[in-house]
Amino acid sequence: MISANTEVLNFPILTMLVILPVIGSIVVALLGKSRPEWMKLSALISSVTTAALSLWLLGVFKSGEAGFQFVSQHEWIRQWGISWHLGVDGISLFLVVLTGILFPLVIVGIDPHHDETSYFAWMLLLQAGVMGSFLSLDLFLFFVMFEIVLVPMYFLIAGWGYDQRIYAALKFFLYTMAGSAFMLVGIIATVVLAHRDLGVVTFDLVKIAEGANFSTTAGRWLFLSFAIAFAVKVPLFPFHTWLPDAHTQAPTGGSVILAGVLLKMGTYGFLRFGVYLFPQAAMWARPAIFTLAVIGIIYGAIAATMQRDLKRLVAYSSVAHLGFIVLGTFALSSQAVTGAVMQMVNHGVSTGALFLLVGMIYERRHTREIAELRGIQHVAPIFAGVFTVVMLSSVGLPGLNGFVGEFLILIGSFGPARWWTVVATVGVVLAALYLLWAYQRVFHGEPDEANSSFKEITIREGLLMSVFVAIIVVSGIYPKPILDRIEPSVAALISHVEGQTK
Amino acid sequence: MNDEVATFVGPAIEWFSVSPIVVLLGGALLLLLVGSLTPQWRRGGYGLASAVIALTAIVLLVFLWRDISSSGPKLLVGGALALDHFAVLASIAICSAVVLVSLVTSDYLASENADSPEIYALYLTAAIGGIVMAASNDLVVLFLGLETLSLSLYLLAASNRKRTQSQEAGLKYFILGGFASAFFLYGVALTYGTTGSTRLVDINLALNSYITVPRNDTLLLVGVGLMLIGFGFKVSLVPFQAWTPDVYQGSPTPVTAFMASVGKVAALVALVRVFVTAFPSRADDWGPVVLVLSALTLIVGSVVAIIQVDVKRMLAYSSISHAGFILVGLEVSSHRSSPDVGDGLIAIGVYVALYAALVVGTFSVVTVVAQNTNDGATSLDAFKGLGKRKPLLALAMTVLLLAQAGVPLTSGFVAKFGIIQAAVAIGSYGLAVIAMVCAVIAAFVYLRIMVSMWSSEAMTTEPFKVSFFSAISIAIAVVVTLVIGVLPSLLLDLTSNLPQLASK
Repeated sequence: MISANTEVLNFPILTMLVILPVIGSIVVALLGKSRPEWMKLSALISSVTTAALSLWLLGVFKSGEAGFQFVSQHEWIRQWGISWHLGVDGISLFLVVLTGILFPLVIVGIDPHHDETSYFAWMLLLQAGVMGSFLSLDLFLFFVMFEIVLVPMYFLIAGWGYDQRIYAALKFFLYTMAGSAFMLVGIIATVVLAHRDLGVVTFDLVKIAEGANFSTTAGRWLFLSFAIAFAVKVPLFPFHTWLPDAHTQAPTGGSVILAGVLLKMGTYGFLRFGVYLFPQAAMWARPAIFTLAVIGIIYGAIAATMQRDLKRLVAYSSVAHLGFIVLGTFALSSQAVTGAVMQMVNHGVSTGALFLLVGMIYERRHTREIAELRGIQHVAPIFAGVFTVVMLSSVGLPGLNGFVGEFLILIGSFGPARWWTVVATVGVVLAALYLLWAYQRVFHGEPDEANSSFKEITIREGLLMSVFVAIIVVSGIYPKPILDRIEPSVAALISHVEGQTK
Repeated sequence: MNDEVATFVGPAIEWFSVSPIVVLLGGALLLLLVGSLTPQWRRGGYGLASAVIALTAIVLLVFLWRDISSSGPKLLVGGALALDHFAVLASIAICSAVVLVSLVTSDYLASENADSPEIYALYLTAAIGGIVMAASNDLVVLFLGLETLSLSLYLLAASNRKRTQSQEAGLKYFILGGFASAFFLYGVALTYGTTGSTRLVDINLALNSYITVPRNDTLLLVGVGLMLIGFGFKVSLVPFQAWTPDVYQGSPTPVTAFMASVGKVAALVALVRVFVTAFPSRADDWGPVVLVLSALTLIVGSVVAIIQVDVKRMLAYSSISHAGFILVGLEVSSHRSSPDVGDGLIAIGVYVALYAALVVGTFSVVTVVAQNTNDGATSLDAFKGLGKRKPLLALAMTVLLLAQAGVPLTSGFVAKFGIIQAAVAIGSYGLAVIAMVCAVIAAFVYLRIMVSMWSSEAMTTEPFKVSFFSAISIAIAVVVTLVIGVLPSLLLDLTSNLPQLASK
């Protein structure tokens, strides 16, 4: 059983992780006009401090424990039974850390080119929202965070994106909001129905999951209402159409965050809310979700192969990768779910890095058309080397991080979802196909005139990428510390599911 | 005949309980009298005076609120008016709207060189009508309030004598409003014919009496239906909404703000009170009708808003879809067997109070923007580049629009959440889903305005001026929106007694 392990810690570290970026954002907005030089500094300070806090959290997190740690609970809206309830366990820990370190990297590494003040202010608000989503243990609080994320992301895409940015931003906002509309009704219905079992009105995730006993039909409807929101966010085929547009049109920083952590809010939501609250319904919905996930894997891979725009290619590869994560999540075996959680982080790192690299290519060449690029390997060998490592991680080469997650997912899914897994394996091969083929076209061959002046990676870019490469290599070679922290929580979740579905 | 006159004893009047109305009435008359006898006041003088009068009424209303908290709701003036939290909350919302709108109007009229006391006196009179409607426990008194409010609004809509659109709006509103009043009155007559009373409480008693009275239920239901049509016009429910966009667009923008807040709050609260107090026994008959009306209103309001190019028309349709949202709360109140039926009234009370501040704030920004265009236009183009020209104003508008869309941490989300929660609690899942999906469709409209403000280049580079009083009014609306959005408990703490309507 998962129990709310109330850690007595004097320092409210989780609350600080959410509040600090908000404070940073306000400071940035206030300083922007009068002291532009301090503005960027304060954005940096607040995001680096958040990163340091999240790394500290990683350090003091007790490995081998299944329950929620560093729980912080304060009454917020008493009349509705809503509290400020944060906690972290093995499932959310690495997503929190990833959120913590990805943002300062983006803030340091990528220039917004114009309107820096608002750009950084929105970035930090976005960080707060994402942090909050991964830490919330209260359904209402989670919804608030899940939904509030849309606003900064909308402005980032609409304000700093490319030609079709307005269209992409609108599509992103409306698709996701439509999904969460159903979830809001679902959340309230969950609380109302749980009220009959619990005797109190509460939005507390743990209390509802452990105490409520939904009827089969009610559970299925409720699960579906959550599933729609998460399926749009992930995005699961056929709800994915907003993603290529949003990814392609977003500024590089926005794409990195979108791929790195925002999409994970969907897969994480499936695990934390969908499966945990409604195990029976999740089991019932499994075949449908497996099918959609596998379609996503194959379709995403094929679509990626067809793309002429490098950024769009990476975007479609996301659809495929997230299909794997969803497959693993719903296989509901210990290995598969552990692999899925690990893969959430891996995908964030490697696809985030890919978007950064594509952004760098665009900065230099002002095009992302694969046909326009050629022979870059000759003029920028280090750049090509970094790209190779990141790409191979995305392909899932043994020894790099992508392999660990994908392997665990496939092994763990083979039992519960044999034929789906067999088809999904084809996706692994296709991933190698589209990425290597793209690499071949962009980096091999003789550079033509436009590409011969392609600038080698700069020191700042090199330092930025070295963080990603380090994570990719280290967690690929020695994933044990990561798996040790994920596994107990996953095991507890699986036994919760098994207990409920016997 | 003389004997009857001699023996007539008027009802006892608790003067303190009706003091807000007295203050507003006295203030309106005084403002009109003094204003017309003295030379033109300094800039903002009339507006400030009107705001102070409305503020005084708010203070008195707060005292009344505390009285009710301690000694319970009661009926006033021989059962003509109800004094309960529901009425007082609506009255506070109405008076707050008067305060904010007066401030904006004084800037608006100053820029048109037409500042005069009449407009403010009409605001105050309309507010009296609104308060009487919100508190009326008698269909005839309700009609009195309705006409006081409506007549003031007709005049206000046509108050800009320089613009033909304003004249047209006034006339259109007048004719359709007259229709609506006639429908309503006919409904009152039929109801009186079947139940023998116009007192809401007595109607309910008559319909519930154990002694079987031969009664024509068809006539009663026709009467209820006609009243619903009358209300439907006033709160612009679909299919009675056709006048709304034209009138909202044609009226001077501060007046639009006034109509969308005061007019709507008063009519909605009165509608809810009539149905919940007088006809709970026929809830099975009007519940489904309200359900259909509210679904239609939500869908048409949010979908048709998408194709508009004028911001005032967009907001007119959005106000229609807001009314649909509030009506979901009335549908909840028709499920009398559920223990959670009271949630509907709480949700409605919270929604109208928050909506009033929200809509006044939004239209105030529109007023300011329109003042800075050459022809007072309110097309989407007028908002282009606002983010660059006046970032703070654009930010305020963004907050207000996000609140209208129901994004969390704004008051709009609190309001919508309350309604959805009430609907789900009594099992109206379908309506809850429709309402939420329509909220998403409506969000598209608000996003379009935001896109115009932030992502487009300005059409002109002329200096952009935000007057002092308008800025204050917008700032108050934004602060309310954010504070209640983050700490809804502040408001929710007060609302637990809302479902206890005065009945004796």
